[in-house]
Amino acid sequence: MSELMGVINLDHELDLLNELTYFRCGAAVPFAGRYRLIDFVLSNMVNAEMQDIAVFVRRKYRSLMDHLGEGRPWGLDRKRGGLFVLPPDWNDASDTSHGDLQHIRNNMDFFKRGKAKYILHSGSQHISKVDFCDAYDYHRKMGADVTLIYTKVDQLEPEHDPCLRLEVDGQGYVTNIHHEKDHPNVYMEMFIMEKQFFLEQVRYCIAHGDSYFFRDAIQRNHKQLKIAAYEYKGYHAVINSVESYYKNSIELLCPENYTSLFKERPVNTKIKYEAPTKYLDSAAVNNSLVANGCVIEGTVENSILFRGVKVHKGARITNSIVMQKCEIGENAVIENVILDKDVNLPPDRMLVGDVRRPFVIAKSSTL
Amino acid sequence: MNKKEVVAMLLAGGQGKRLKGLTKTLAKPAVYFGGTYRIIDFPLSNCSNSGIDTVGVLTQYEPLVLHSYIGVGSDWDMERKDGGVFVLPPHEREDGSSWYRGTADAIFRNLKFIEQYNPEHVLILSGDHIYKMDYDAMLEYHKAKNADCTISVINVTTEEASRFGILNTNEDLSIYEFEEKPKHPKSTLASMGIYLFKWDVLKKHLYEDERNPESSFDFGKDIIPLMLSNGKVLYAYPFEGYWRDVGTVQSLWQSNMDLLSDEPPLDLNDPSWRIYTRSPNQPAQYIAPEAEVSNSMINEGCVVHGLVDHSVLFYGVEVGTGSVITDSVIMPNVKIGNNVRIHKAIINENLVIPEGTVLEPNPKDSDEILLITSEELGTAGLADDQKTPIPINHL
Repeated sequence: MSELMGVINLDHELDLLNELTYFRCGAAVPFAGRYRLIDFVLSNMVNAEMQDIAVFVRRKYRSLMDHLGEGRPWGLDRKRGGLFVLPPDWNDASDTSHGDLQHIRNNMDFFKRGKAKYILHSGSQHISKVDFCDAYDYHRKMGADVTLIYTKVDQLEPEHDPCLRLEVDGQGYVTNIHHEKDHPNVYMEMFIMEKQFFLEQVRYCIAHGDSYFFRDAIQRNHKQLKIAAYEYKGYHAVINSVESYYKNSIELLCPENYTSLFKERPVNTKIKYEAPTKYLDSAAVNNSLVANGCVIEGTVENSILFRGVKVHKGARITNSIVMQKCEIGENAVIENVILDKDVNLPPDRMLVGDVRRPFVIAKSSTL
Repeated sequence: MNKKEVVAMLLAGGQGKRLKGLTKTLAKPAVYFGGTYRIIDFPLSNCSNSGIDTVGVLTQYEPLVLHSYIGVGSDWDMERKDGGVFVLPPHEREDGSSWYRGTADAIFRNLKFIEQYNPEHVLILSGDHIYKMDYDAMLEYHKAKNADCTISVINVTTEEASRFGILNTNEDLSIYEFEEKPKHPKSTLASMGIYLFKWDVLKKHLYEDERNPESSFDFGKDIIPLMLSNGKVLYAYPFEGYWRDVGTVQSLWQSNMDLLSDEPPLDLNDPSWRIYTRSPNQPAQYIAPEAEVSNSMINEGCVVHGLVDHSVLFYGVEVGTGSVITDSVIMPNVKIGNNVRIHKAIINENLVIPEGTVLEPNPKDSDEILLITSEELGTAGLADDQKTPIPINHL
């Protein structure tokens, strides 16, 4: 049994994906043809045999709850433990906590009931295949109060700007945490801590009127704490804007990215019972990711089709992301476009965005 | 146990010998079909979509795959507090034990299972056929006719009729005679092996049949004629639509090919009648820049670098650069190397087809479908210096 229990804390994640996050939180944004962003960190937790996982939600979580359900696709529909989707409690008049500390305080039972002695705390925006067992072993080996998971980014992009950076010494301990934009050690918003220590810190922060656990308990105290840095090497993407969403989606068409993200250890997601995708006589598909249930009569290049997309004759999809159940009419053309779910593009229509600023059409739009 | 109006009994113990290597380690109902399904998904999904929530699945031949596949039935929405799907293998009893001796015997030996639900009607299904059918509509018909037994029938051609169990009916579709594979058929209404019985009538006849030492304990050969001779009311229920027995390599291949036309006779994309299956949870399929795909069905987890035309690819299949796959069915997790040619073949699951292999039927025999299992593959299509046994990739 895993020594780790998981918290996926969405409290501080801003919904910056424009139309894609009008009706859903960032963690619920569809990605890679059949997943939601949260599936990646959740699957990593399940692959590390973690049995108690809480998702702290505050806003626009209907779509997320619908996706997660009881947690069955991740094997988390358990009698004891499993998956908990936890909004903060609002009705406690004596509650003086703020920010994500409020979540932790008001869901203290989750931490107390779980048998695991350590907490793995994460967000949902960093897509990776971190082996949490290995990170946990490292944490124990380093004898640290807290271990932060980071990755070295050779080529920094605009989406890395909001990420914190870690200065790491030769022994693997963190010497500073800051926002210097040209520093390559990108903190992946994942840390491991002993549960007891974590809860003590939470109590202290609440007593001092703090509101953001990581900033107030870890970043500000980095000189007092023994903080280890676990370096992750492997597939990594940060999704915090439409541009980063689009760019990282299209980059999945590179076989190395596809293989490292999907083929080594499974990524689980909600099950849909779609038939395999049907390619008709006039279909011409290349360099694309296609989910099940699609019916393709047209041309698809450098694109991602989610489940149940219909591409009619003569239609042409280039450099685009087309989400679940969209229908592209005859001879319609889209290029550099993101279509959210259930968009029906009538025949002969043309939508062209810019490679750097794709055109986004909101869910269920009629055009 | 709450009373149920209908309990379905799904006969899934058959070997399907004519499917050769495909049924070496699994029963015919567990054979793959249509890029993601197993044959048994069709009757199970039909039950689910028809509102039948209590199903006994009778297994016998190589049941391991079936048992683990069905599990608690949640994929077919059969994981119920009251009812659900139950796997029923032959079991030992106080008075000794034996295998199921026939279809009727299999039901007789599970009387206790059916009795738990005290049903009005029992629906007998077989796990051998590909079709979509609303059993609830059949039940309404059965009740409207006040029949003791209703048998679902499909109209076949006169030539085909001598390969089926044929029901001879009056004008109102009441049945007066059953003929197994008649040489000179009087009717073209073929039994689909789907029987809906009044439970009390069936039970009586099962007891009577068990006492007959001459009986082969078969619904078609024994129970139906016995009911006719006892003057019971039997009706034929005409079914129109796609229905295939995929009992041979040729017919399995043909049924898969039927899915590939632009307007297929069996629509698997109908949201109102989903065919459920156990999801393999694979990533979206990747079609490479140099790939060409047309007239095909391809499942998630596939990575295609070559040319695929008029073929069905199950999940996790990889097709290397320069390979050409035509008119073929590639079962799950087959890894096809570069520059392979496969034509008119069924490739069994988990095989690795090495670079440069050519797998085609004898061009002189236009009906031949090449079936490749680990044994048939052997060293076929390999250069002399590569003649080592083909490794099997167990995932």
